Amino acid sequence: MIEFRSVTHAYGDRPVLHDLSVRLAERRVAIVGGNGSGKSTFARLLNGLLVPSAGSVLVDGLDTRTDGRAVRRRVGFVFQNPDMQIVFPTVEEDVGFGLKARKVPKEEIGRRVAAALDRHNLARHRHQPAHQLSGGEKQLLAIAGVLVLEPAHVVFDEPTTLLDLRNRRRVIELVRELPQNAVVVTHDLDMVMDFDRVLVLEDGRIVADDVPSVAIPAYVKRLS
Amino acid sequence: MLGLYLHRESPVHRWPAGVKLGGLLAVTAVVLALPGVWGALAAGALGLGLLPAARLPVATVLRHLRAPVAMLALLFGVQALLAGTGWEAALVAVLRFAALILLATLVTLTTRVTDMVELFERVFGLLRPVGVNPAKLALMLALTIRFIPLLAEQVREVRMAQQARGVERSIAALFVPLLVKIFTMADDLAAALEARGYDPADRGP
Ligand SMILES: Nc1ncnc2c1ncn2[C@@H]1O[C@H](COP(=O)(O)OP(=O)(O)OP(=O)(O)O)[C@@H](O)[C@H]1O
Ligand SMILES: [Mg+2]
Repeated sequence: MIEFRSVTHAYGDRPVLHDLSVRLAERRVAIVGGNGSGKSTFARLLNGLLVPSAGSVLVDGLDTRTDGRAVRRRVGFVFQNPDMQIVFPTVEEDVGFGLKARKVPKEEIGRRVAAALDRHNLARHRHQPAHQLSGGEKQLLAIAGVLVLEPAHVVFDEPTTLLDLRNRRRVIELVRELPQNAVVVTHDLDMVMDFDRVLVLEDGRIVADDVPSVAIPAYVKRLS
Repeated sequence: MLGLYLHRESPVHRWPAGVKLGGLLAVTAVVLALPGVWGALAAGALGLGLLPAARLPVATVLRHLRAPVAMLALLFGVQALLAGTGWEAALVAVLRFAALILLATLVTLTTRVTDMVELFERVFGLLRPVGVNPAKLALMLALTIRFIPLLAEQVREVRMAQQARGVERSIAALFVPLLVKIFTMADDLAAALEARGYDPADRGP
């Protein structure tokens, strides 16, 4: 479970999230809202990439401020732009990067990487340079690199924004089938229609928090 | 020029990175130490022999070597002309460097970055007592290789955006937006590394 306790976040002296308190325990939670409403800031607070200026964020009881490292092991994070998260030149090496950073034994890295490549349809690109992949394949690679670490929660920040229709479908399927709890920031309202819960952010405040069939129409109405 | 890893099932690919890089260093020392052109010819022959053994596309690799060799020829040619060091010396220098570039290319084409990084970690590990962090240096190497093609893409993008608005070739106009892009990229990259479990404070194994 992830819990926000009176969380305020400011960049410098400009607050962008105002006193949020919320508990997320559902399998699929979506965060929607206009540009600059604070979605990415919210997402980065979830795994300790940012720590709140005031208040605290707890992941399965661990405080992101004091247990940042342990929290990041529990919470995987997928960014919008896969180019920035692929750090090794070839596909196979990149998927192994996080495992190596965690000092997993070499044979086990080999085994887990091979399984992840198979699962995400990347096996035939194994030795290919990452920069030769298509946008959708890059996103799948970025996701594989996170999921291979078997985090307990996964946060996605606009995972489908740069993708065409077919690849968007693939990522949506993948998120749907994840065994983990997932929090997804997105502008893609179709994607979240079967989620358990939707939070709507506006100017750093939660203005709606409900099941999609209620929260999405409310959001659309606020927009118009 | 130095190529990215190209996967093939070959004995050369399977040689340990240490053997290949150590070999390259040794050959370089020998070629530069031997007088005249013989060392260069031997090294060149070795490289040409290893290309098919590594199942690499010989013609493509040689084509990539054309530009750097032409540049070297120009460089040493000009030097011979201006400094009067003699055409023979220039020819020897060009041949030596051409052979060494061929061998270096062969090493990078047949060695995975991960293996190179591991080797660097071990070598830099010897420098740990003087405050060098081997894991950091090794990661820097990997990132550099990964981001060169990405950077080239950014340059193309900025240039295209400018051409679309009627700005033709201007170094300043290219440089500023590129810098901004690189800084945002560096920011995102740092966050991504952290998210993937890389800890900069970690002193490595
Ligand atoms: N590193 C930063 N430094 C200063 N201000 C920032 C920083 N990151 C975000 N902001 C500001 O905080 C506010 C919220 O940004 P955030 O990225 O969380 O919004 P968002 O909802 O993700 O927007 P988008 O839909 O465009 O991705 C914006 O006004 C933004 O300008
Ligand atoms: Mg955002």
